[in-house]
Amino acid sequence: MSGFKTNNAVIRWIEYRLPIFSFLDDAVGSGYPTPRNLNYWWNFGSLAGLALVIMMLTGIMLAMQYTPHVIFAFDSVERIMRDVNSGWLLRYIHMNGGSFFFIVVYIHIFRGLYYGSYKAPRELLWILGVVILLLMMATAFMGYVLPWGQMSFWGATVITNLFSAIPLIGESIVTWLWGGFAVDNPTLNRFYALHYLLPFVIVGAVVLHIWALHRFGSSNPLGIEANGPQDKIPFHPYYTAKDAFGVGVFLVLFAAIVFFAPNLFGEPDNYIPANPLSTPAHIVPEWYFLPYYAILRAIPDKLLGVVAMFGSILILFVLPWIDRSPVRSAKFRPIYKQFFWIFLADCIVLGYIGAKPPEGVFLIVGRLATAYYFLHFFIIFVLSYVERPRPLPSSIGEAVLKGGGAPPAAMAREKAQ
Amino acid sequence: MAHSASPTHSGDGETRRDFLYLAAAGFGAVGTAVAVWPLIDSMNPSAEVLALSSTEVDLAPIEVGQRITVVWRGKPIFVDRRSQEAIDAARAVSVEDLPDPQADEDRVQKAEWLIMIGICTHLGCIPKGQIAGDPRGEFGGWFCPCHGSHYDTAGRIRKGPAPKNLFIPPYEFTADTTIFIG
Repeated sequence: MSGFKTNNAVIRWIEYRLPIFSFLDDAVGSGYPTPRNLNYWWNFGSLAGLALVIMMLTGIMLAMQYTPHVIFAFDSVERIMRDVNSGWLLRYIHMNGGSFFFIVVYIHIFRGLYYGSYKAPRELLWILGVVILLLMMATAFMGYVLPWGQMSFWGATVITNLFSAIPLIGESIVTWLWGGFAVDNPTLNRFYALHYLLPFVIVGAVVLHIWALHRFGSSNPLGIEANGPQDKIPFHPYYTAKDAFGVGVFLVLFAAIVFFAPNLFGEPDNYIPANPLSTPAHIVPEWYFLPYYAILRAIPDKLLGVVAMFGSILILFVLPWIDRSPVRSAKFRPIYKQFFWIFLADCIVLGYIGAKPPEGVFLIVGRLATAYYFLHFFIIFVLSYVERPRPLPSSIGEAVLKGGGAPPAAMAREKAQ
Repeated sequence: MAHSASPTHSGDGETRRDFLYLAAAGFGAVGTAVAVWPLIDSMNPSAEVLALSSTEVDLAPIEVGQRITVVWRGKPIFVDRRSQEAIDAARAVSVEDLPDPQADEDRVQKAEWLIMIGICTHLGCIPKGQIAGDPRGEFGGWFCPCHGSHYDTAGRIRKGPAPKNLFIPPYEFTADTTIFIG
């Protein structure tokens, strides 16, 4: 099926025995036809892949310097910062890389929500994405424990204690997770092992995610299937170039934070060594967990709070069956579009509330925002029956050539023809 | 034997084969579970962690109204030598109205000495109130700053998200002013 051709004898020799070049060409090369109308919101998948590579590279280098022991962990991180050649750079890249990974992935997810990318036949692609998000959250949480500062310790204590909410076996599970009767050295050791392991599991899930993506190709801003060659352009050079431009912008912003505000996303308390006998006045998780934390605290019952927190992510698994509208893109769904923006605002409000103490007006707003978070999914379920979508264009090519805002890649192709 | 197990043999041969499949799969599942259990169990507390499971505390230096913290199994233990007012306050409450009903008498061996695990039953933070000047919450006991749980002078949950009273560790008085925890 691949149209891969080469004049290079060495490549031909390898290709005959191991068809890896045609495989790559079909995956991210000229052999992968892609909708011609993808906008910049479609850059964030490849950016997430880049962030994963950056995290794994810097992480492996840091692992060579770090000591996973309660007595040495904090000091070994300080040693990385002060004594190891470029250690400060590796650590700041890794620390902020986590934040940027989540920024990119959250934009990627909301892109999917806006353009209905989760709908048939891409349900499994979406579900694999949610699996990747959960793996990322577990990895990030365990990584945050490793420097063994106050936030590391108390974050680990609070999060592992979530499992004690499980009736009957909860306490035994928590003891098992800790390997003791409190967060201690066994906990730090296993978190280190798992923090090293999980990124490779993420790579596995990403391979499945991309595999599922290539089955039907990228969705697109119009949300209609590409019909033929006039609707598609080769991934290379058009989208490799566009993705490369996105990488440049991403790296500029990333470098700005790494070099000029490396502790912007961090908590000062994590530069205090862990003290198991003193809880900091305000335990705040990393910013990317704040909305879930707000949901946890909004509910006065322990078990229900934990259920709601996990439920807020698990509900995404069934989203393809909640939103039953056959029209994918919010472009053609005037009412859904408004609720999308309300939902996004609600998530940002939850994030803000998650950073505030759970009292007074913050508690009330947190409860309303939590209620709305779940109400949103009910609204879009009803909406998919009652909303009247606007008429869809008959093809991508028609919409692109008639509409004023043709994306640059498509324009380039027009000129080339 | 080979004859009766042959798939071409219709009728009674099929049920024997089904049985073989089920038996083999069942045996395999049990075998896998047996093999996996040591892997899971290796993550449970090890012998040397379990060995550090008791602590002896001398209560003699503690003044009336003073609270101290000792460590048992890596957890803080709150020891409170309660004043008569604190005991009276704890015993004046109607037990049925509490979120986790328990009489003060059931939480202490000697009324003066309240001994509890100092870990909030919500998500494991350490409540404030041990040190003079700490916030003690609305009921004069302990206050957990993480998610706002208030405990009274018997360490019972009165307000906030924690579901249970502060737990009482197993302990006994080995002398008038010495306790053995664990």
